[in-house]
Amino acid sequence: MLTRNKLLAGAAALVWLSMVVPAAAQAPIKLGELNSYKNFPAFLEPYKKGWELAVEEVNAAGGVLGRKIEVVSRDDNGNPGDAVRVAEELLSREGAAFLIGTFPSNVGLAVADFAKQRKVFFLAAEPLSDKIVWDNGNAYTFRLRTSTYMQTAMLIPDAVKLNKKRWAIVYPNYEYGQSATAAFKKLLSAKQPGVEFVTEQATPLGRIDAGAVVQALADAKPDAIFSSLFGPDLAKFVREGQQRGIFKGVEVFNLLAGEPEYLDPLKEEAPDGWYVTGYPWSEIKTPEHTKFLAAYQAKFKDYPRLGSVVGYATIMSAVEIIKKAGSLDQDKLIAAAKGVTVLTPFGMVEYRPIDHQSTMGAYVGRIGVKDGKGYMKEWRFVDGKDALPTDDEVRKMRPAN
Amino acid sequence: MTFASIIIQLLNGLAAAASLFLVSAGLSLIFGVTRIVNFAHGSLYMLGLYGAYSLIQLFGRTPLGFWGAVVLAAFVVGLVGVAIELLVLRRIYKAPELFQLLATFAVVLVIKDVALFVWGAEDLVGPRAPGLSMAVEIMGRRIPAYDLLLIAIGPVVLAALWLLLTCSRWGALVRAATQDREMVGALGVDQAKLFTSVFFVGSVLAGLGGALQIPREPANLELDLSVIADAFVVTVVGGLGSIGGAFLAAILIGVAKAFCIGIGTVHWFGVEIAFSKLTLVVEFLIMAIVLVVRPYGLLGKPPAVQRLAADPAPPLEVPSWTFALVWLAALVVVPLLADRYVTILLTDIFCFALFAVSLHFIMGPAGMVSFGHAAYFGLGAYAAGLLLKRAGLPMEAALLLAPLVAGAFAVVYGWFCVRLSGVYLAMLTLAFAQISWSIVFQWDSVTGGSNGVFGVWPAPWLAGKTAYYYLALALCGAAIALLWRVLFSPFGYALRAGRDSPLRAEAIGIDLRTFQWKAFILVGTLAGLAGAVYAFSKGSISPSTISIAQSTDGLIMVLLGGVETLTGPLAGAAIFTWLRDEVARRTEFWRAVMGLTILAIVLLFPQGLVGGLKALVGRWREARS
Repeated sequence: MLTRNKLLAGAAALVWLSMVVPAAAQAPIKLGELNSYKNFPAFLEPYKKGWELAVEEVNAAGGVLGRKIEVVSRDDNGNPGDAVRVAEELLSREGAAFLIGTFPSNVGLAVADFAKQRKVFFLAAEPLSDKIVWDNGNAYTFRLRTSTYMQTAMLIPDAVKLNKKRWAIVYPNYEYGQSATAAFKKLLSAKQPGVEFVTEQATPLGRIDAGAVVQALADAKPDAIFSSLFGPDLAKFVREGQQRGIFKGVEVFNLLAGEPEYLDPLKEEAPDGWYVTGYPWSEIKTPEHTKFLAAYQAKFKDYPRLGSVVGYATIMSAVEIIKKAGSLDQDKLIAAAKGVTVLTPFGMVEYRPIDHQSTMGAYVGRIGVKDGKGYMKEWRFVDGKDALPTDDEVRKMRPAN
Repeated sequence: MTFASIIIQLLNGLAAAASLFLVSAGLSLIFGVTRIVNFAHGSLYMLGLYGAYSLIQLFGRTPLGFWGAVVLAAFVVGLVGVAIELLVLRRIYKAPELFQLLATFAVVLVIKDVALFVWGAEDLVGPRAPGLSMAVEIMGRRIPAYDLLLIAIGPVVLAALWLLLTCSRWGALVRAATQDREMVGALGVDQAKLFTSVFFVGSVLAGLGGALQIPREPANLELDLSVIADAFVVTVVGGLGSIGGAFLAAILIGVAKAFCIGIGTVHWFGVEIAFSKLTLVVEFLIMAIVLVVRPYGLLGKPPAVQRLAADPAPPLEVPSWTFALVWLAALVVVPLLADRYVTILLTDIFCFALFAVSLHFIMGPAGMVSFGHAAYFGLGAYAAGLLLKRAGLPMEAALLLAPLVAGAFAVVYGWFCVRLSGVYLAMLTLAFAQISWSIVFQWDSVTGGSNGVFGVWPAPWLAGKTAYYYLALALCGAAIALLWRVLFSPFGYALRAGRDSPLRAEAIGIDLRTFQWKAFILVGTLAGLAGAVYAFSKGSISPSTISIAQSTDGLIMVLLGGVETLTGPLAGAAIFTWLRDEVARRTEFWRAVMGLTILAIVLLFPQGLVGGLKALVGRWREARS
């Protein structure tokens, strides 16, 4: 006999089915993400939270092309060989629509080359290497993060204004530090003829002998120092330099040192007055950042790091590109990515058709210390498009394809 | 450099040497008595730093709080060392030589993830030492007072250790066990207790070395491996088991590094030399020179003849043809049945299998352990890439010529290495690998520097994953078969004779060194082939193919499978590669899971997987008959 309860149950089941079936018929779009989570956890844990938040928001808003998105994430072990293997796994076994992610330059470049060979779209999230869009650029690879060259270029106006003659340089001995140094020397020499670079210290990544390095820099009697150290190397450099008093009367420029990942561990010893690029998260009041900050803090009960912004913006870029392409066809994705504009917590960015670099900017300012913590003062936002070389120079560097 | 900066850099070097000495002394002590190559020693150092950081938070930043935290952290690390010894190592002392290395490697993985879980990913910058945060002015330059204290602590610890070793009964036992551990056992000394106590003291030294660095070094998760390499170098340069030697070597390396930095960039005869870049490799250069000139380190003595802890390796069994053919047939049909990714994973496994088998050849039957086998793998990969991209050779030619380049390096490196034995030999191979690595890493114009070489893709007819799978299978399979065949040739028998009894082998007229040198060249060439096949399967090569991590992976594969069997390295390579792929996908804490899995294998199969299975089958057959 048909009871009321059975009727109700039947109706409920029908409603449930009507809600579930269309969704189930449309499997989510899978994005294949790979990164060196265990090698650079300080940056990449917040990065992961960033993309998790973005995925949640995108899906809550109905997804893209009527489908939800899903990120399938893999650890690439910080090693290009493993990265190429997991990239292949993401594509062939997981059925990922395309690839996103990577952190170190060598892994980013290896995956970019793999993407070219495999003819698959790749959105490089974090690698800073200039080569990924210029010397080794290819049709399939796009890059979000403000590159080494761009961040260096953003510091140049301040350096020129100070008009210091004798510069000492210290950098971690691998591609990022080398290209930061090369870019800095080239750009500063162009703007300030007669500038002298009195000494250069290349330190092994993660293993700086800070006391000796600091002393060697001081011995060269510089007026200013340009450093691209980060992480434990930066912390050791700051402490030794302050204890030995070599930063007195010397202006210091340090790429990345204003990023919470590297600034916060320094606590009350954060070096007052240094010129840095970074992320003053608590002071940015643009609507897009305020919204991001509120959502992030609500979800994770923690403040965002720069990695969080990169993770979030990576997913948002991927979604915009899919939306614009209207399909998951690789050629259409590439065509769509050229010139696509995406709203990120740092404002609108455009992926430039000329070299596939996004115009994501960065915050430039000086370090101050307040309440036993470092923060960025006198900061300003520099749009990425103002920190890039001219189109002619880019064309000269980037292979035609 | 002015005179003043020379003095200051000398002091900097001495300060850096202090912690290095403590860690190395502990390592040397443990190795001397237990003959264990303790990879986890760097992890203990890292725990010392993290422990001291947390304890200072707890006790407060007072002088008492600081020093109390440092001492307590060292003590707690000592207890961790004891736990490792009791729970893991004690159960496998009878295993074949070096097998314990596998267990300590697993411990490294576990400790790293535990530290990540407990302390988080952010670097932890500890406080300056209360009361010692100022700097002292010397010759117009300021030196942190704490550095001067460290310079003093080194000799104090050296003196304390010397007293402990020469004037106490425990010290006498340790020295005796270092010379002849069986004899000490035969005289009724409880070896288990002695080993545990040595582990405790060694671990305390590692923990102390770490804890003392709190004002100088942020606690971070990369410390373990960066310290362990330096500690090994210091231990070996000083002479294994020699505490005084370790002290000398620590100072030598600390000061050499400081001077490389102090000298900076110089122009000699129009050539620009950047000494600061040498800091990447200077300790390994020193080690190579010391070992070539003094084969037992600065103050080391030739080791007394060691009776083996384990039974001598059993004779090798020829793998059966049917067994090999069944496997081969199975592998041939895989691409027809499995998905694309399986063929890719298997291609990786083929490369690593050849890499592991070539390493096994040299460390098992030939009796020469190599800690730097990745040199040949990586140089083979680079040769393939450079011949293709820079010399413009066709891919097929690059693939076949690359192993010869790796072999050529083995000719040079091997010539020096075969003059040494045991751990000294192993460390010299590591030194050559690191020197190769640092050159590749820095020679931007040729090798692409830290980024590596890109666009190393196979010729069109091999570009398909299935085609390349068959190529890898054929090349690696043939090379493995060749290596196995050689082991049962007169050449192979001579090598095994040399391993089991060098004296008798020489007495019957075997020119052992020449044989060993040839073995080196053979395995170097074939490891180079593995590297070349690997390079073309990835499309890019980076310096990580020559890194310590790659060499360690090889050792893990061989030991995991079982060093006393022929098929062990194959199983080890397959299981290690597959496991890493599988575990990394399933859990965030994949390092800990890997570590625990390896520990379980270590404890269940102290002969390695294949060795253990063989023993099981043997026992089952015995029971049936």
